[in-house]
Amino acid sequence: MRRGRLVPFLLSLPGAIWLLVFFALPMATMLSVSFQEGSLEEGYRFTGTATNYTDAVTKYDFILWRSLLFGLIVTALTLVISYPLAYWIAFRGGRRKNLYLLLILLPFFTPYLIRTLSWKFILADSGFLLGTLKDVGILDEGFRVLATPIAVISGMTYNFLPFMALPLYVALERIDGRFLEAAQDLYSSRRETFLRVTLPLSLPGVFAGSLLTFIPAVGDYIDPEYLGGVNTTMIGQVIQREFLTSNDYPEGAAISFLLMAGILVGVFLYARALGTEEMTG
Amino acid sequence: MSATAAPQKPRARDRAPAPPRTKRRGRWLGLYSKAVIAYLFLPIAVMILFGFNDPKGRFNYTFQGFTLRYYSPSELLAFPELNEAMRHSLIVMGISALAATTFGTLIALALTRYRFRGRGAFNLFLFLPMATPEITMGSALLALFVTLNVSRGLTTIVIAHIMFSISYVVVTVKARTATLDRHLEDAAADLGADPWTTFRTVTFPLIRPAILAGALLAAVLSFDDYVITLFNKGAVDTVPTWIAGATRIGVPVQVNVLGTLVFMVGVVYVVINLIRTRGEGTPAIAPR
Repeated sequence: MRRGRLVPFLLSLPGAIWLLVFFALPMATMLSVSFQEGSLEEGYRFTGTATNYTDAVTKYDFILWRSLLFGLIVTALTLVISYPLAYWIAFRGGRRKNLYLLLILLPFFTPYLIRTLSWKFILADSGFLLGTLKDVGILDEGFRVLATPIAVISGMTYNFLPFMALPLYVALERIDGRFLEAAQDLYSSRRETFLRVTLPLSLPGVFAGSLLTFIPAVGDYIDPEYLGGVNTTMIGQVIQREFLTSNDYPEGAAISFLLMAGILVGVFLYARALGTEEMTG
Repeated sequence: MSATAAPQKPRARDRAPAPPRTKRRGRWLGLYSKAVIAYLFLPIAVMILFGFNDPKGRFNYTFQGFTLRYYSPSELLAFPELNEAMRHSLIVMGISALAATTFGTLIALALTRYRFRGRGAFNLFLFLPMATPEITMGSALLALFVTLNVSRGLTTIVIAHIMFSISYVVVTVKARTATLDRHLEDAAADLGADPWTTFRTVTFPLIRPAILAGALLAAVLSFDDYVITLFNKGAVDTVPTWIAGATRIGVPVQVNVLGTLVFMVGVVYVVINLIRTRGEGTPAIAPR
């Protein structure tokens, strides 16, 4: 059928064109801009040199490393916190599985910014949490959480938890209970059953969840901006400033690509280490 | 807040799981899980609580008395710029969710119903917007608009929101169309239905829940977005960008009330979903 061959292309056309024009083309534009020089007023010209990149690396390499490190820590924390949770819902949730799953999603109906401002409020130096602990004398008067890495990392851990928990749950829920019974029948201890059957079978979920957490975490802007301070600046804030405050588009574009490169390398190493090819789900 | 209670590990190596032990293990794990869920609701609870606060000054920092004042329309709508931002947010959400759901559903149908050249590459391409940090997408789009001399405003926000929502809709709808029983469509065709009638009376009703879930996801993503909007908004404000601006002079109680109302929409969604599924199956919004 000749018509049948054309149909999928026609169906894909509107969305594909949209993504080509407003996703792929901007990326190409930015790549080109990152090799240009000049200013917003005088216009840019293509230089073909990587000056913007070398400048960015010398100026911001520390912040780039910090962003990758924070992303790594947040990914590890969300994994450790949500694995037992996902496990419990998948294997012990019973008829309430749906309820628990929806409860995990529910807080995230509230806009990201409002959630983060709420954390800022909770963690405030003399807010009801720290203030009370200070009044009781458990904490030192000078103790603070805001503007420290702890605040930024815990904010991101909170905000990205469902991105980890849901893929984990999906992977765990899929596991055929008979595999676990078989392991027990073959005299495997609970620990061995978990380590040699459940855990390996849930690795696609671990991989998907890690990607969904790590990528937005490394490039995060809101948490470091509203919970952090001068010592927690992340690369997203630098990009934002280059584009919207200094109007230095070439420099901003170069940093943006460095961020992408850093993420790609991280994801690649991780995929190699885990040995899974579940990248596109 | 950190993982204080990892699941209790069995100490003895006895292989036959004794019922009491299993029960206790399950209880610890259950307790821990419920604690994590409670932690997820902590900032929400604080937000709701301080929507009932009656602060004396500009800063809504300490609880000074209970009031329902800010739920009255005159107080809730006291900031014209916030009302305007809300109007913008709703317009952007409506248009972008509608467009992204249409585009995404069509793509999902193409990907799961047909085999065609370049399908694998297209799949990978659709994955890219989800794997790119928001800050990169936002700044890249701004670079394009500046290069082409496009002035930023409501239109550019809508363009951006459609762009980043399409892939999420595709993933959500694809999960359903991929597992659809093709025999149902074949049966319709055998009974003389043309392709359009088959789609309208058989395929569409079957995938409607997934389409609605995709639309809901697109709507939530749009209403929630701050970073990409920030780069492409020009002088126009949406709710998140207005709130971000307000943080400098103190966030008014109205923002808490607004957040609470949005949260309530989520509660209604969850309740409807629970009644409809009655404990069976996976909620349509969860990825499979």
